[in-house]
Amino acid sequence: MTARLDELRRWRYFNLVLAVVLLGLAVLLPYAFDPRASFMNNAVLALAYVVMALGLNIVVGFAGLLDLGYVAFYAFGAYSMGWFASDFFNRVNGEEGFHLGAGTFASSLPGIHLNFLLVVVIAVIICAVVGIVIGLPTLRLRGDYIAIVTLAFGEIIRVFAFFGDEVTFASGYTLTNGRDSISPVDQIDLPLLNEFDSAFSLRPYYWFCLAMVAFVLFVNFRLRDSRLGRAWVAIREDEVAAASMGVPLVRTKLLAYATGGALGGMAGAFLGSYYNAVNANQFQFGFSIFILAMIILGGLGSIWGVVLGAIMVSYINTYLIPDVFNRWAQDLNLGFDPTQVTFGIFGFLIVLVMILRPEGLLPERRRKLELTEGVGTGEDIYEARA
Amino acid sequence: MEAASVASKPVARRPADVARDLLSRFGLIAFLLAWPVGIVVQDLSRGEGLAPIANLLVLGISNGAIWALIAVGYTLVYGIIELINFAHGDNFMLGTFTAFALFGTLGLTLATGPLGLVFGLLVCLLASMVVCALNNVMIERVAYRPLRNAPKLAPLITAVGFSFILQNVGVLWFGSSQFSIPDLIESRNVLFEVAGVTVTNSDALAIGVTVPLVILLTQFITRSRIGKAMRATAQDPEAARLMGINVDTTISFTFLLGGLMAGAAALIYALYQTTLWYFAGFQAGLIAFTAAVMGGIGNLQGAVLGGLIIGVIQNISDDRLAAKWTPAVVFGYLIVIMVFRPQGLLGEETREAG
Repeated sequence: MTARLDELRRWRYFNLVLAVVLLGLAVLLPYAFDPRASFMNNAVLALAYVVMALGLNIVVGFAGLLDLGYVAFYAFGAYSMGWFASDFFNRVNGEEGFHLGAGTFASSLPGIHLNFLLVVVIAVIICAVVGIVIGLPTLRLRGDYIAIVTLAFGEIIRVFAFFGDEVTFASGYTLTNGRDSISPVDQIDLPLLNEFDSAFSLRPYYWFCLAMVAFVLFVNFRLRDSRLGRAWVAIREDEVAAASMGVPLVRTKLLAYATGGALGGMAGAFLGSYYNAVNANQFQFGFSIFILAMIILGGLGSIWGVVLGAIMVSYINTYLIPDVFNRWAQDLNLGFDPTQVTFGIFGFLIVLVMILRPEGLLPERRRKLELTEGVGTGEDIYEARA
Repeated sequence: MEAASVASKPVARRPADVARDLLSRFGLIAFLLAWPVGIVVQDLSRGEGLAPIANLLVLGISNGAIWALIAVGYTLVYGIIELINFAHGDNFMLGTFTAFALFGTLGLTLATGPLGLVFGLLVCLLASMVVCALNNVMIERVAYRPLRNAPKLAPLITAVGFSFILQNVGVLWFGSSQFSIPDLIESRNVLFEVAGVTVTNSDALAIGVTVPLVILLTQFITRSRIGKAMRATAQDPEAARLMGINVDTTISFTFLLGGLMAGAAALIYALYQTTLWYFAGFQAGLIAFTAAVMGGIGNLQGAVLGGLIIGVIQNISDDRLAAKWTPAVVFGYLIVIMVFRPQGLLGEETREAG
């Protein structure tokens, strides 16, 4: 018995050491590339998607609530950047602008310009609230119905982002710029550091995003091992049993939506700043599936799996399809551009993984049991009322 | 809460309970009627009479007939295996593409004579029905059957994956932008007019195809042997298996029927809208799903009714709000119905929707 415990403990240390080594390598990685290399761009995007995927993993992987409207949080995160760190509200304060901790260049511009960290806090709060609002109607529902309601919310938010330039408020401001970007958006400017400049070097963005990933990973691990994390897993496995064991369904589910949404908003705000533009076309339904593909490939509920899945899917999207597949298609004279069928490829990937290896590449032990041996698939005849 | 009050006062019903009962029974109907009635009142007070709303009603019903045919596919499948066949809408889209491709193969143009046109379109109708049906059966075999014993999340995810695969098949076939197709039946031509209400060729086509198909389908499900097997499987797959029903075949057959209906809807849609797009299937799928939920998922008549109602709501929204907000309006209705009355107009409580 103690030998087994020792073994487990050793595994734990081994994992910890491995994580630290990987993180160290990741920190040093940019020195191997040109600061403006396209690889750096891909790496930054991959890290941002890791944050998003870890957020969605809380909702879908931990709590088992299939959220197909995750793009909503990307939209709200990016728009908080567009609203509070650009010249979008250009007549604020007599065209002088409102500035709070903004960079030296941004401080001279009209519009609201807050420090990036403040915008992240705002985005996190907005997205947590939106998460709860989207979550509330789904409390009584299960499975497919949750998926459809979240999808419908995502689509409504997309429609409003799309035609937001025609929604005008009393003071003449519109909701969004619709298909015209809100641009430029401020670059990240952290206290005590130089302002980031993506035209000059992508390294600061990379490191910042890496720090964000590390923070989110820490949050994820602590949450997973907490009382709340166990409650999420309990709800996923059997809602009725969880409720009868005293897990408060409403609070637990809403916290899952809120936490997942908050992380999505964080990544959304980062991407808004990184792309330097917020455009309604970014918030298509396909994006939700893009993120979903990451967590399914990596392994639903498995934190390291999701990290791996996010990096892989992002790499497929930014490198493999546009570069490698495209070359093949040209060599073989297939007569089409593989980037057109990007989402078909992801769809195929999802179907393939779900049928051949539903637990993903790096499965979580519990989840694997559920998916392969059918734990919790018994007939849920008794309805749990939230 | 309820249990406690019943225990202390077993007989007396408080007014609040009565109100809640009434609300749950007629609330959805009132909710659905609110907007049309509001418009009627508005029109009457402006002295425009009933013709505008009647026109919207006709347009809405013919439009809704298409949604009804698609919704039937959702509701049949959901009734039997409790799965939202996400790829259904995209399957429908491939049906519209098949029909259009066949226009070219059969040489149907605006110059084709009436007899040739009717015959050609019948061939197109059958072809797109068969293509959609086989496609649907294939999807079930590949994506859903291997996962029948997995958690509910798994087949739903493969369904979403397949939806994207089909969309991209459409992209490879006819490209990613919208394109117009020849208006073979002169769809906007007025067929006849009664008291200011116009009925166009496309309205007549949509209703003329949908009504017989739906009647055939209902008769088939209530009368035939395999229809009986479908109903038995929907009630209890295990018991049905014990009674000697081949559950796998029955489920395949359900997908086949759903696909047939989607194929018919596809041809009507192609002739009606005369603009096709690879993404139209996804939108149509969501609208039709809304219709299925509105009518009560698993309920055939409900799906048809829901389809017609959604069609009317869409046309009212197009006319009185703006076409661009219509999707948001439809999804708004979807959310409200799912939250407050997930069993819909005619449905019973399902396991999924308390």
